[in-house]
Amino acid sequence: MFGPTARTLQDQQVEQRVKIGLGVVTGLLVLPVLIILTLLVIKGGPMISMEFLFSDPTNGMTQGGIFPALVGTIWLVVFALLFSVPVGVAAALYLSEYAPDNWVTRAINLAIINLAGVPSIVHALFGVGAFVLFAGFGTSILAASLTLAVMTLPVVIVSTRESLQAVPMEFREACWSMGATRWQTIRRVVLPNSISGILTGVILEVSRTAGETAPIMFTGAAFFLPFLPETVWDQTMAMSLHLFVVSTQVPDVPEALPYGVALVMIAMVLTMNAVSIGFRMWLRGRRKW
Amino acid sequence: MAKAANPAARDLSWFVDKLAQGLIFLGGISGILLIIGIFVFVSREGIGFVTNGLEWGEFFTSPAWRPTSKNPTFGALALIAGTASVTGLAMIVSVPLSLGAAVFIGEFAKGRTRELLKVLIEMLAAIPSVVWGFIGLSIMNEFIIDAFNVPVGLNVLNAGIILGLMAAPIMTTIAEDALKAVPDGYRQAAEAMGATRWQVIWRVVIPAAKNGLVAAVLLGVGRGFGETMAVLMASGHSINMPTSPFDSVRALTATIAAELGETAVGSEHYQALFFLGIFLFLITFLINLTADVVVRGIKKG
Repeated sequence: MFGPTARTLQDQQVEQRVKIGLGVVTGLLVLPVLIILTLLVIKGGPMISMEFLFSDPTNGMTQGGIFPALVGTIWLVVFALLFSVPVGVAAALYLSEYAPDNWVTRAINLAIINLAGVPSIVHALFGVGAFVLFAGFGTSILAASLTLAVMTLPVVIVSTRESLQAVPMEFREACWSMGATRWQTIRRVVLPNSISGILTGVILEVSRTAGETAPIMFTGAAFFLPFLPETVWDQTMAMSLHLFVVSTQVPDVPEALPYGVALVMIAMVLTMNAVSIGFRMWLRGRRKW
Repeated sequence: MAKAANPAARDLSWFVDKLAQGLIFLGGISGILLIIGIFVFVSREGIGFVTNGLEWGEFFTSPAWRPTSKNPTFGALALIAGTASVTGLAMIVSVPLSLGAAVFIGEFAKGRTRELLKVLIEMLAAIPSVVWGFIGLSIMNEFIIDAFNVPVGLNVLNAGIILGLMAAPIMTTIAEDALKAVPDGYRQAAEAMGATRWQVIWRVVIPAAKNGLVAAVLLGVGRGFGETMAVLMASGHSINMPTSPFDSVRALTATIAAELGETAVGSEHYQALFFLGIFLFLITFLINLTADVVVRGIKKG
């Protein structure tokens, strides 16, 4: 007697269709990831060997391995982190612990959003203008790392700010009421309680930094350099640029070679992302407040 | 905070506190300094192109970008058209996908499915642009040649699809945040009137989240506009006014990446490339600023 009316039934039918439709749309978005990964593994997998990872490219880069590029990327990432983590954490501390609600804070937030939106090739031009030429670092690991650091700074700031803000206000208030200064509170209470969240963001930044190409092309990465860098004033090969070079600039490269380089890159980046995601989930389960 | 009112408080920890505050403030304003720095240093290298008699008319209306010919001409119209066509197609691909996925993930998917989808979208965001470019060059290129029976698969279609997939994660994330920000009271009120879930979403949640959704699309446009390596590798990189999705084009960003290595510091060509950089910087700045203003709109509402 009080069963659903025809109208209700129709509405429910529409709802079902919409749900399925949106599910299909979402599938279309995530399906390419799976296809791409599968193809890279199938076509690049056979390339991967200890020799590929740990020997120099030979024969005009059509044979051999990727060792100098792998090592170069590690150099670039490490030095980029040395610059961006301290500055980024300081910026996040300012925004989370000090910043009053005024126009300066709004300008900082706007600047960070814009910094994240500046095209990577414009960062490269900035790196050339500021670090290579103006500061006189030349094309070097130093100039390239600084350029990468500027580019990935927003990643550290945003993720660090989030983990700082997740520390409950009561923790700080309890500390202040004991007569601690702001800095003592930050060092003894806020940072220890957010350090794992900050690390999660840093791992994410490592993965972003390792993949960038445009910012290092003209600031310190070299097409081909069959020896390892010794100081920050040297140029270096890098995985990202190497993939660009072997897939577009070098003639007669066997088809599997760039697939192999791409696969190593994806594996590097996704491993770090997985660690970061896993770390975040573990933290969420473990949080005491 | 106990300020200078009590002189006895000026011990070592007081000074450490002030020092830390100073350093942290410096870090805080680093974002502002850097954004100004980027503009200043890129302009410093590129301004000579304007002062040495840039013909604005030629720059914006001529498709002839011939920086290395005997009589060099610097018409950027074809490059602008290249960027616009690729970004436009990318948006046609990614706006429906991203907004649809945001609604599905935010409103329909539950538990494990939801977590899994979010992780997959994060993976999509993690793929470096040079790897996307390589995918365009290899997998997509073959696919387009086979599927549409065309001689070359490096074109607007290829770069547009790649760019659409690249811009999708940020759009999905921001759109989902915008949907999540709609107060539960709105949903409950509509549900109490007997609305189905979809009616609630379509008539209540989406209109309420409109500004956030627009901002999501704008940020996606910004991403597409500024993407470099993927467009360089997938678009065919030939100077062309595109008339169909199967034409090869060349983007503003890609032009800088491809040509800067061959120019002498301070030459006209070098300055012209930095001028393209200023142009790109200003446009993306404008897009991000607009997105921010639009988002601010929701917070007031």
